Amino acid sequence: MEVLELARWQFGITTVYHFLMVPLTIGLSILVAGMQTAWVRTGNERYLKMTKFWGKLLLVNFAMGVVTGIVQEFQFGMNWSAYSRFVGDVFGAPLAMEGLVAFFVESTFLGLWIFGWDRLSKRVHLACVWAFSLATVASAYFILAANSWMQHPVGVEFVDGKPTMNSIWAVLTNNTALAAIPHTIAGTFSVAAAFLVGIAAWRLWRKRKEADEDRKVWRSSLKLGTWVGVVAFGVLAITGDMQGKLMFEQQPMKMAAAEALCHTEKPASFSILAVGDVANADCESVKTFTVPALLSFLAHNDFSTEVKGVEDLVGQYQEQYGTNYPDDPALGELAGKPIDYVPNLPVTYWGFRTMIGFGALSAGIGVLALWLTRRDRIPNTKWFPRMTLLGIALPFIANSAGWIFTEMGRQPFVVVPNPTGVDGVWMFTAQAVSNVTTGEVWTSLISLTLLYAVLGVVEVFLMVKYVRGGIEGVMPPKKPDRDDGGDEGKSDDDALAFAY
Amino acid sequence: MDLAIVWFCVIALFWAGYLFLEGFDFGVGMLLPVLGRDNTERRVMINTIGPVWDGNEVWVIVAGGAMFAAFPAWYAGLFSSAYLPLLVVLLALIGRGVAFEYRGKVDTERWRRTWDRVIVLGSWLPPLGIGLIISTTVLGLPLDADGNRVGSAFEAVRWDTLLGAVAIVGFSIVHGAAFLALKTDGELRHRARRLAVRILPVALAPLLALVVLVQVREGEAWTVAPVVVVFLAAAVAWWRLAKGREGQAFASLGVAIVGAAVALFGALYPDVLPSTGDPANSLTVSNASSSPYTLQVMTWVAAFGAPAVLVYQGWTYWVFRKRISTHHIPKVHVPR
Ligand code: HDD
Ligand code: HEM
Ligand code: HEM
Repeated sequence: MEVLELARWQFGITTVYHFLMVPLTIGLSILVAGMQTAWVRTGNERYLKMTKFWGKLLLVNFAMGVVTGIVQEFQFGMNWSAYSRFVGDVFGAPLAMEGLVAFFVESTFLGLWIFGWDRLSKRVHLACVWAFSLATVASAYFILAANSWMQHPVGVEFVDGKPTMNSIWAVLTNNTALAAIPHTIAGTFSVAAAFLVGIAAWRLWRKRKEADEDRKVWRSSLKLGTWVGVVAFGVLAITGDMQGKLMFEQQPMKMAAAEALCHTEKPASFSILAVGDVANADCESVKTFTVPALLSFLAHNDFSTEVKGVEDLVGQYQEQYGTNYPDDPALGELAGKPIDYVPNLPVTYWGFRTMIGFGALSAGIGVLALWLTRRDRIPNTKWFPRMTLLGIALPFIANSAGWIFTEMGRQPFVVVPNPTGVDGVWMFTAQAVSNVTTGEVWTSLISLTLLYAVLGVVEVFLMVKYVRGGIEGVMPPKKPDRDDGGDEGKSDDDALAFAY
Repeated sequence: MDLAIVWFCVIALFWAGYLFLEGFDFGVGMLLPVLGRDNTERRVMINTIGPVWDGNEVWVIVAGGAMFAAFPAWYAGLFSSAYLPLLVVLLALIGRGVAFEYRGKVDTERWRRTWDRVIVLGSWLPPLGIGLIISTTVLGLPLDADGNRVGSAFEAVRWDTLLGAVAIVGFSIVHGAAFLALKTDGELRHRARRLAVRILPVALAPLLALVVLVQVREGEAWTVAPVVVVFLAAAVAWWRLAKGREGQAFASLGVAIVGAAVALFGALYPDVLPSTGDPANSLTVSNASSSPYTLQVMTWVAAFGAPAVLVYQGWTYWVFRKRISTHHIPKVHVPR
């Protein structure tokens, strides 16, 4: 394999992996901040228990989110140095802002939150968890603004062969970003919601026959999870529809690829499922279940809009962006070869459907679980917890599928040309890689993948342990272990409320 | 003043801040098996840095991000050239961060011992790699006209960059020992202080050698001053440690590392990554920098962002200012 393919595999693996931790951290941190707010305002012990339990799982996950993020920050320099040089003037800014504005706040206030239970007043401590959780959203904002710029470059002019930023405001309010950010944040809530539903339902079911003093905790969590999941899916559908319309204007090829639409259709029908080989250019007989004219509506709010198919678009792209790669030795095997403008169709087609389908299914499971547990009922069958626990995986998969679709749908570009933008501001993925040896990239690809695999197992193991442990597992006994009199008025000799 | 120069200074400052802050938490991790005689003592050590290590680590992320935004060619050239050393740093940081969080979550000796090993390894390797990368950018590499490394994957590993690697490791150990002496109480505190006094001359020697080497090779007249500061601060640190003034010693070590950063980056200027082959291929403050507009935007962000960071990180250190000792450590409480 060449450096290009290795670097692509590496980026795909490390980023998708990072994005398994990220949505759980973002969604759950805000929900935990909400739980702690409820506790501070009502003094109800139930909310404290919720904060402690879900907060603990959040921490187990957060650690992995942090460490996998560090790799992301340096990967652009290591594997994509030509890319970094070309776009650094504009792409570096949101990345640096993310560090300065978001990561510092996130890491510092998380430390204060974890260790500050007995060092800070209730209100200040609550402010810390909010600072931390809002900073995770801020970090998502900046990184998605950076990513959206790659999908739809704005705020630049082409000077001396490079995109040069002329408006940071345009970059930070890119319409692509303003649609992608609520979509992605809603996706994180969808993950956190399924997590709450799955675990809370299992805990309810397990103690269905005994008197469980914590039953209220699990009921509240299940209810919260269901509602958040349903609302999140609604937001996902609305913002996803907005993204679809932007995609139609900005990345018509991605739109066609999402549908594996070979020929231009007017009105265009939306394919729900396909049987057969969607990659085959001759896809006459492939589609089976379609909804007439729906795609036209998705693309342009109008049931008769013409949607261009892959075949027509290829000609258009060749005319605008060339038929062959430049004859540059840095491009390796691809130098001078024809450019393939069609993204990987099975991946984009099924990625798009997996995202929507699994997301919908997960919201549905939440509703079903809430209904089955209405008025203190708890189903006796084994498939109830099986369903909710397996349901946890669905939004994770939907998120990954969404990213894989978005990122692979823009191939062969790493920076997609803006159809109404500045000439010259685009880049082929093949031109983006570093001038390093395959040995180096193999080494990092293998070592990171292995390390991630091992740590993934450890994280899941710990999660399961804490889920099994329930509330007792995260709340130390009321009385301090050392009781040398003097309960009131803390002395310097008290054991820390939290210690590693 | 030219904003590119401002950003060169800001980046030097981020690196100095990183070496100062994560320096001591690396040191604490390195010394875990040396100073922590039993599990409770090791927990005391880890808890001295528990609330702050992650915030400290963000300094390196921001240093990297600032290089990307202000000097894309520097970011691209250095990190692709020092690929394997950087990979080692990343792998070690991954293990280390997870280890702090996971170590106490299962109550068995074997589990703790495994993660302790990860912490120790994860604390020795990054300063080694970071030292190597910083000295590579200061001492240079053979570069081609595109700013790419010429030569093998190990081009950045030479005796002089290895000196830089050892320099940062040595500094981190002493800094960590001084920090422990400052933040713990009881026997551990005295053990840490005694160790720091004993190893300081040997451990800081490579750092002193590095600043002298760089001064001789690339120094300017004015960079003699920070070099002298490094020597003085090291001596003061040793003296104050011997007298049991841990706070002053820790501060002097801070002065030493900031002085070293000023000396190294001062000598590097106006280059950011010198080419040891054809000097025309050197990346400099002017040919590697972003456009004036981008630098202006970043300057505004940093002008508000950086002081705020100093304030709330400072506040964190104040909140957790108390010394910790073994009787503060609660019983292990994990789900069965
Ligand atoms: C939509 C959200 C999102 C996306 C697309 C990404 N990240 Fe991320 N990242 C986060 C949301 C996030 C977060 C929620 O803020 C994390 C996850 C857990 C955490 O600790 O913070 C984080 C952690 C995190 C860290 C560690 C921060 C720390 O030490 O506190 C770094 C350096 C990065 N990320 C960098 C990146 C880069 C360079 C990405 C692009 C390729 C990227 N992340 C994609
Ligand atoms: C701001 C955030 C992001 C940036 C800047 C970014 C940038 C990139 C770059 C430079 C590549 C390599 C070129 C290529 O092969 O296409 C890439 C590929 C990829 N990215 Fe992203 N990405 C971001 C977020 C994500 C996220 C969060 C995911 C998923 C969780 C993701 C999934 C992928 C995948 C799967 C590939 C490989 C695609 C392929 O090789 O065809 N990306 N991205
Ligand atoms: C009716 C439902 C949905 C629609 C119409 C929809 C639509 C879209 C579209 C058009 C994109 C691509 C944007 C682009 O590349 O320009 C996208 C991306 C994405 N989707 Fe969805 N989506 C839906 C549901 C979901 C669900 C349920 C999830 C996760 C739980 C999800 C997560 C994502 C993610 C993570 C991305 C990539 C990031 C981004 O570009 O925003 N989506 N979605």
